[in-house]
Amino acid sequence: MSHPTAEQLYTLAEQQLAALTTPLKPKDRMAIPAQEMPAQDPTLRRENMQEVALGYSEAQAKLEAERCLQCPTKPCIKGCPVGIDIPGFIQKITEGNFADAIGIIRENSLLPAVCGRVCPQETQCQAPCTVGKALKSVDKAVAIGRLERFVADWERENGLIKTPHVKPDTGKKVAIVGSGPASITVAADVRREGHSVTVFEAFHRPGGVLLYGIPEFRLPKAIVDREIEELRAMGVEVITDFVIGRTRRLTDLLKKDGYDALFVGTGAGLPKFMNIEGENLVGVFSANEYLTRANLMKGYDNRAATPIFPSRKVAVLGGGNVAMDAARCALRLGAEEVHLIYRRTEAEMPARVEEIAHAKEEGIQFHLLQNPTRILADERGWVSGMELLQYELGEPDDSGRRRPVPVKGSECEMDVDTVIVAIGNDSNPLIRQTTPGLETSKWGTLVVDETGKTSIDRVFAGGDIVLGAATVILAMGEGRRAAKAINELLARS
Amino acid sequence: MNKILHKKRLATDVYQMRIAAPLIASERKAGQFVIVQIDSHFGERIPLTIADADTKEGSITLIFQAVGRTTHLLAEKSVGDTVAHVLGPLGTPTHIEKFGRVICVGGGIGVAPLHPIAQAMKAAGNELIIIMGARSKELLILEEEMRKIADELVICTDDGSYGRKGLVTEPLKDFCASAPKPDLAVAIGPPVMMKFCAETTRPFAVKTMVSLNTIMVDGTGMCGGCRVTVGEETKFVCVDGPEFDGHLVDFDNMITRLQAFKPKEDAEHHRCHLEEIAEKSP
Repeated sequence: MSHPTAEQLYTLAEQQLAALTTPLKPKDRMAIPAQEMPAQDPTLRRENMQEVALGYSEAQAKLEAERCLQCPTKPCIKGCPVGIDIPGFIQKITEGNFADAIGIIRENSLLPAVCGRVCPQETQCQAPCTVGKALKSVDKAVAIGRLERFVADWERENGLIKTPHVKPDTGKKVAIVGSGPASITVAADVRREGHSVTVFEAFHRPGGVLLYGIPEFRLPKAIVDREIEELRAMGVEVITDFVIGRTRRLTDLLKKDGYDALFVGTGAGLPKFMNIEGENLVGVFSANEYLTRANLMKGYDNRAATPIFPSRKVAVLGGGNVAMDAARCALRLGAEEVHLIYRRTEAEMPARVEEIAHAKEEGIQFHLLQNPTRILADERGWVSGMELLQYELGEPDDSGRRRPVPVKGSECEMDVDTVIVAIGNDSNPLIRQTTPGLETSKWGTLVVDETGKTSIDRVFAGGDIVLGAATVILAMGEGRRAAKAINELLARS
Repeated sequence: MNKILHKKRLATDVYQMRIAAPLIASERKAGQFVIVQIDSHFGERIPLTIADADTKEGSITLIFQAVGRTTHLLAEKSVGDTVAHVLGPLGTPTHIEKFGRVICVGGGIGVAPLHPIAQAMKAAGNELIIIMGARSKELLILEEEMRKIADELVICTDDGSYGRKGLVTEPLKDFCASAPKPDLAVAIGPPVMMKFCAETTRPFAVKTMVSLNTIMVDGTGMCGGCRVTVGEETKFVCVDGPEFDGHLVDFDNMITRLQAFKPKEDAEHHRCHLEEIAEKSP
C-alpha cells in the first residue's frame, strides 16, 4: 500500500465534508470516516529530522469534529488529566469557530500544541470515547489529540496567541527549579496572580524534557521556544546555566534570596540501566544521553561540536515513547539497522500507538518477548553484540500486565555495535542530596501532600520528580495543583 | 556574565583563565568542576576543573590544555571576551580533614585540579608531600604555587629535563615504603598515571583518592555518559564523583570509554585543520 500524501487526504476530506447532509443524526456521524493524520512518507522522513505528522487540514478537522456525538456522559473529560471541556471545544470546531475552540482548551491546558502532539490520548481522553466504544476500537475514537493540535497550530500560525493577563504586582517572589512542562505551568499560573517568578534551568536552553528528550520530528523545538517566549512576555524571568543544589542551595533561595515560595520540577533525570554484564562498554548509552546529543546538542547537524556515536546496527532496549524516540533518532542519524528489544508484547508497550506505528513504518525491527542477558565486547572493549533470552507471558502482575517469564535455554546472540538503554529514569539526586529535611520516597522521588507541598514549608514539587517517569500532561496537572496551592499560600501571607 | 578577566599561557597548549562567575566562586569547594560551552547553538559541553576561586573578585580560575575542539576555541579567546555558558560548581567536593601525612601526586595538567585540594589539605593541618610530574620541564605548571604549600616537594620529568628523571610512581613508592607511612594519597593526572599510582599504593594499603575526568554532557546526572565502574558498582562521575577510591576504579574500562568518540573527533579535527590550511593558501 502506498503512503497517502497530505494533499490526497486533504482533497478526500473536502469531498467528504461537502457530501455531508445536515442535520446529522448519530448514525450519520458514526459513518463519517475517521480522519487519518497526514504524515511524511516513511521512506523520506527516515532521512530527515522534520516533523513526521503534518497536521489536519480545516476540512479534516471539521469532519473529525463532526464524528463527536456530543454524548451526554462526556467520558472523555474524565479521561483527561486536566479535565478539558472536550465536547465543548470540538463543537466549536464544527462551527468553524477555532478561536473559541482554543479558548476552551486554554481554560485548562497551557500547552495545547505540545499535548496535542505528545499526550497518550488512546489511554486517556480517547480510551472511553463513546464513538470508539460503539465502533469497537479505540483507534476509531474521535481523534481528540489531533483536533487539539489543529486548533493550537491554527492559533500559533495565525499569530493569535494572546499573552495571558497578569494581575498587578504583589511584591511576592516565587522561584521555580527546572523548566519542563510542570515548571512552565507553575510559572504561568503563579505569574498570572501578579507574583514575580524566576525560573532556574541547569541547561543552556529552557524547556527541559521537551527540548532534550522529545525529538524535533515529534515536537518541533520552535513550539517549545514559543511557550518559553510566552512566559517571558508575561514577565517571567528565565535564568539558564544555574543548577539549584550546586550554584545555589534550595533553602538559600528562601532564606537568603527572599523568595516566598519554591516549586521543584526537576524531572526524573537519572537514567536506569539493566545492571547486566557489559553495560559500561563503549557503545552503550542511556536514551537520555543519546537523545540529548541528538536533540538539544543538535547532533543531527554537521555544524554541531557534540559528537554522535557512529552506528551501523543499533539495539534499543525498552517499549516506551523514549525507546521509540531513540530508535527513530538512531535511524535518522545514519544507522543501517535499528532493532527494538522489549520483554513483553506490543499490547503492553507504554508508547503511544502512533509512535509505534510510525516506528514500524520507518523500518524499526521489533523483537518482542526478548530481553538481553549480557552485552558482548570485541577485543577493544567496544560493543559487538548482545545475548538475548526469549520470554513468554505468564500471570498478570501488580500493574495488571501479564508478567514475562524467561524461557530456559533460549539464549541467542544478536550482532550490534550500539545499545541504547531506554528502560526509564530514577529521580535526580542533586536536590535531595543538598537539601537536608526534604523527605523522599524509597525511589528517591519527593514526597508531597495533596496540594503538592513537600516536607519543607513553602517548598512545593511536581512532575516526574514526584511521580517518577510519567507524561507531559500529568506533569502539567501536577503543576496546576501546586500553582494553586502556592497562590493560596501567598494570598494568605 | 562569564567574562574572561585574565589569561596566561602556562606551558605549551596549557592556559590559565580567570572568568567572572561570582556565584560559582562563592559556592565552589576543592574538587569541584564546571561545565563549559562556548557556543550556544552548536557548542559541546565539556567538564573543566575549578583550579582556584577569588570570592572578592567573583572569579574562578580554569586551567586547561588545548586538546579538543572546544579547548582550542577557548584558548583562542582573549581577556574581555565571554564564555557563553559556565555551569557549576558540579560534583561532590573533596572530603577534607586532618588525616595526618597526605601525599598529593599530580601529573601534567592534573596539577591544576590538585592544587586546591592540596591547599585545603594543608589548611586542615595535614603534613603535605607533593609529587609533580610532567613530560618535560616546559610542561610543568604551578610549581611556585605548590612549593609555597608543600612540606616536601618532588618534581619528576620523563625526559630528565628538570627534577628527578622518571615517573611519579617511583617517589610515590619510596614514600609509601618509608616510615611514617602516608595516611592518604591523592592522585590526579592522566588516567594511566592514576591507574599506576593506585597500583603503587595498593600493596602498602595507603588509601588513594583519584579524580576522574570523563566524557560528560549535562554534568548533573541526567545522561550517564560519565559512568565508571567502581568496585562492583556503576557510578556517575558528575554526581557521585569526580573523586573515587583509586583502588576500586576500573581504569581500563574508563580509558576505553574515553576513546568512544575519538575516531570521529580525530577525523573532524583533521578536516578542520585541512580547511584552515586551505583557507590560508592563496
